[in-house]
Amino acid sequence: MIGVNKWFGDFHVLKDIELTVRAGERVVICGPSGSGKSTVVRCINRLEAHETGLIRVDGIELTDDARSVAAIRSEVGMVFQQFNLFPHLTVLENLMLGPMKARGLSRADAEARARRYLDRVRIPEQADKRPGRLSGGQQQRVAIARSLCMEPKVMLFDEPTSALDPEMISEVLDVMVELAEDGMTMVVVTHEMGFARKVADKMVFMDAGEIVETGPPETFFANPSSERCRTFLGQILHH
Amino acid sequence: MGRMRTPVALLLPFLLLAGCASSSTWGWYVVNPMTPAGWTNLKFLMNGMGATILISLIAAAISIGLGLVVALPGLSHRRWLRILNRIYVEFVRSIPLLPMLFWVFYGLPLVFRAMGLNIPIDPFWGAIITLAISDSAFTAEIYRAGIQSIAKGQTEAAQTIGLNYVQTMRHVILPQAIRRILPPLANQFIYIVKMSAFASVIGMQELTRRANELVVTEYRPLEIYSFLILEYLVLVLVISAGVRWLERRMGADERG
Repeated sequence: MIGVNKWFGDFHVLKDIELTVRAGERVVICGPSGSGKSTVVRCINRLEAHETGLIRVDGIELTDDARSVAAIRSEVGMVFQQFNLFPHLTVLENLMLGPMKARGLSRADAEARARRYLDRVRIPEQADKRPGRLSGGQQQRVAIARSLCMEPKVMLFDEPTSALDPEMISEVLDVMVELAEDGMTMVVVTHEMGFARKVADKMVFMDAGEIVETGPPETFFANPSSERCRTFLGQILHH
Repeated sequence: MGRMRTPVALLLPFLLLAGCASSSTWGWYVVNPMTPAGWTNLKFLMNGMGATILISLIAAAISIGLGLVVALPGLSHRRWLRILNRIYVEFVRSIPLLPMLFWVFYGLPLVFRAMGLNIPIDPFWGAIITLAISDSAFTAEIYRAGIQSIAKGQTEAAQTIGLNYVQTMRHVILPQAIRRILPPLANQFIYIVKMSAFASVIGMQELTRRANELVVTEYRPLEIYSFLILEYLVLVLVISAGVRWLERRMGADERG
């Protein structure tokens, strides 16, 4: 992302965002609410359109052209705060829909792939239930598996644990840690600093639509250079 | 047996009225199935049932398809498409059914002829076209409300797994919306069945027309129109029961 700007009406949500994520890199974005961190992630796969600047994913520039949007979305998986599973389909059908309709896989291939990723998020036994019957943590793991079924090169996580009860957060984070260990490129918006310490290659702190500070987690946590970042970390680490 | 209680209770007023058959006001003999003349009259009246059902079914089917076609532009982010939707809905919704029926039946063939086309419009298709178009403005609004009620996150999730617009609608949004709009759609179907009575004025041999014709020969309007109302009541009750059965099935599907 080079010099990306975005406005919601008169409100300048993103100000000259510069962010590079290399293949295999894990980037964690944090910051106070309303700082624009979710918007950054949503711009990467065009759920929001940026107004100026350049966004390039795997060599493809993101423009208004529907083909570039489709090409980038096929490389980028996304996990939402509210899971956004399809309530009228079973877990298995949720996972098979994308591979069958967007990738043209046969039913049998799509089902085999879906079961493989359900195993990976450790809920194979829930395959035939509807999402409404699952706990929040299970639903979010299904959502992660649904994204993985598209075999993306990059996974975006938009506050994946913020809607979960505390006891379910770790089961989702465990899956994400494993994903990171397998070498997935990840951009994660989260307040889970324990997770960030464990997996992040790069920390990004945003406030008021700007990237205030970027750095490797060791220096980021031990010795943040900006006052705003220090205050924020103080608030979320010792409450 | 419990499920039968409501229809029977609804029929009660008519049974009570029928009980007055002995008084001079009522002459139920016109539709008494025990007498040959009554039985002939009864068959004559009920023979309109097929046409009423067929007109209503075809008109409803067209309206359900057309309503979706009209609704989708109304949900577009393109302004001119939304304006197109508004014009159609506001215009069609404002035309009373009877004038529209006259326009379609007597006027539309002239429009066709001016265009060099020879398309005759018989009462059957005249009624269907009118009912379908008139109703489509309402079904379009029902669809719009139903689709808008599905959370935005559903569309976003569908987009992130690579589905295009048509796939998103077909596999994610409409299956969820349809469950919510089934009750208002059923309402519209009942409305169509009742409005199909207007087809009698352009000579369509449906329930109301048959009743009108029999009244002219028998001069027993009270009995014959009472029986006519009973016929519509039965039709609508059957539809209601069918819709409730559908809703239960779909509801079970959602929870399962």
